Amino acid sequence: MTDAGLAIDVEGITKRYGSHTVVNRVGLQVRRGEIYGFLGPNGSGKTTFLRMLCGLLTPDAGSGRCLGYDLLREAGRIKSRVGYMTQKFSHYEDLSIEENLDFIARVYGVADRPAVVRRCLEQLGLTDRRKQLAGELSGGWKQRLALAASLLHNPELLLLDEPTAGVDPKARRDFWEEVHRLAAGGITVLLTTHYMDEAERCHRLAYLAYGDLLASGTPAELVRTSGLRTWRVEGTGAAALVSRLRQLPGANQVVPFGNVLHVSGTDAARLEASLTGLNLAGLHVAPAETGLEDVFIHLMERSRDNFGGKERAS
Amino acid sequence: MTSPFSLSRFWAMVLKEFVQMRRDRLTFGMMVGIPLLQLILFGFAINSDPKHLPAAVVNADPGPFSRNLVSGLQNSGYFDIRGGGGTPAQVRRLLDLGQVQFVLSIPSDFSSRLLRGERPEVLLEADATDPAATGNAIAALQQLAEIAVARDLTGPLSRLRRDEPPFELRIHRCYNPEAVTQYNIVPGLMGVVLTMTLVIITALAITRERERGTMENLLATPLRPAEVMLGKIVPYILVGYVQISLILVAARYLFDVPLLGSLMLLYAVSLVFIAANLAVGLTFSTLARNQLQAVQMAFFFFLPSILLSGFMFPFRGMPGWAQGVGEVLPLTHFLRLVRGILLKGNGPAECLPHLWPITLFLAVMLAVGLKRYRKTLD
Repeated sequence: MTDAGLAIDVEGITKRYGSHTVVNRVGLQVRRGEIYGFLGPNGSGKTTFLRMLCGLLTPDAGSGRCLGYDLLREAGRIKSRVGYMTQKFSHYEDLSIEENLDFIARVYGVADRPAVVRRCLEQLGLTDRRKQLAGELSGGWKQRLALAASLLHNPELLLLDEPTAGVDPKARRDFWEEVHRLAAGGITVLLTTHYMDEAERCHRLAYLAYGDLLASGTPAELVRTSGLRTWRVEGTGAAALVSRLRQLPGANQVVPFGNVLHVSGTDAARLEASLTGLNLAGLHVAPAETGLEDVFIHLMERSRDNFGGKERAS
Repeated sequence: MTSPFSLSRFWAMVLKEFVQMRRDRLTFGMMVGIPLLQLILFGFAINSDPKHLPAAVVNADPGPFSRNLVSGLQNSGYFDIRGGGGTPAQVRRLLDLGQVQFVLSIPSDFSSRLLRGERPEVLLEADATDPAATGNAIAALQQLAEIAVARDLTGPLSRLRRDEPPFELRIHRCYNPEAVTQYNIVPGLMGVVLTMTLVIITALAITRERERGTMENLLATPLRPAEVMLGKIVPYILVGYVQISLILVAARYLFDVPLLGSLMLLYAVSLVFIAANLAVGLTFSTLARNQLQAVQMAFFFFLPSILLSGFMFPFRGMPGWAQGVGEVLPLTHFLRLVRGILLKGNGPAECLPHLWPITLFLAVMLAVGLKRYRKTLD
């Protein structure tokens, strides 16, 4: 069942460390040219899943194809067509910017290497600083260098593991512009993130918690299928009401956003009745759109309940 | 206000250290292993009065006196007489090859000249590249040989017993006639320095990648294990050659060590030895989880190398098991190669018997290293 339109098509991918299942029968289909976001709490198996896709880890079970190549048998071919950007900066800090790019270009056998490296440095705006050691770069520059390095060999698929962690808003916006430009050019991008605004910039999303894929689809689909309805509670003193609102019949979760509280529940009629029955002076209660953040908090809470709170450090 | 010293905090620290010590098996093993190893090596393996040294006898005299002389040598315990057949040139070659430490040549007219009271000469050629290994045996020979022969000078022959020995023992300390210890130590140092530095440097090579997180990137690229391994070995081969050259210059101009053999040959055989050390380092590198462990492993390899190779103590003075361990180590064979080339002027033919054990060691180490190099992060 190879679909030429799918960059990633895997089924039942499982990874265990001893008795501990880090990724549990995860299936994923990503279309070519799509920006696919992976969300989930720390330690949910996102990084492990990415590493299995690019051949860094061997799945204990499951099968599938990545860029049309068998995930288990053709890891070498996949590697040469995938650009992988690790969570932690993994280029050589004791090599200069130019030396790092040159090394990567050599390793991937990039044709016309000097020109490619020179062009890359120009695009980065680092031509003047090319002799500087990579270890001396700031977090934002390291991120840009790592992204540029992962693109040197014109990969068909980009795997980005928390690419914008610790990067300032301006650099993040530049980064997302670049990702959308790349996707428009036909490159498939699979990335992990913790930021909701970034999740909303993806074409499709998957939510992973404790190794299980809990939900996937477009942002709108995720909101719809969650079945959550949300009300805004606004006004002075709203923040003090959190614990009281949490006890309301039908309220699954109460999330503060500054002076505004989002009260969400899957049983809309019951929650609405509870809220109107409160009759709070000075507070404004109105129906609101359920956001992705509400959905993800809901998913996270539910998985924690299901798994008896077996949260673990990532 | 916190007290300057709290017993409970202190105790918590002690417990934590014990837990960590127990977790880190290698450090624990080293802490127990090194004292044990040193105790065993210094206590049993090191013998500055080596006995049963291999010797060959060229006996051209069929008479009883020479036979007694030979059996006297044997009985002294210092000499282990093996072979002796063959032409003097063939026997002498055994000395070049390092298969025997001594060659005793008894002339054909030994018995007859002895009976005539003419004090015949007996020639003892000793491989004195390591003076410590031969010194005591030579001293013992002079006494024991006289007694062995004098015992037969009884009855009518007792007139031959005089104050001076009935025959003259000529000793040729071959390769190092003045018994200069530097001649032995300096070429040996070449192998020791190479072993110490190259093993440690490469042991850190892959571990460092893993510790700094760059391994993840390296593994995600299409690089193959052999490419990574060899890519890390080759630069250090050059480092090894620089070290050899420095030591050679020092040996020549600082210690006046004779450089008899071909330096080209020395550089050529060094390649195998350097590669073997680098392969050991890389293999450690794939086994160690962090840089400290890698250094510990390197030290663990270095210790027997320096003690059991014949660098510090005469190889033939060690008990059989220690010699067995020593024979496996590349340094043992490299020492013989270097001393052979520099002090004896050995050529390629004499080098071959010591070259293949290093080559075998290299092949095994590379195979282990490649097998252990993890292509994935599992």
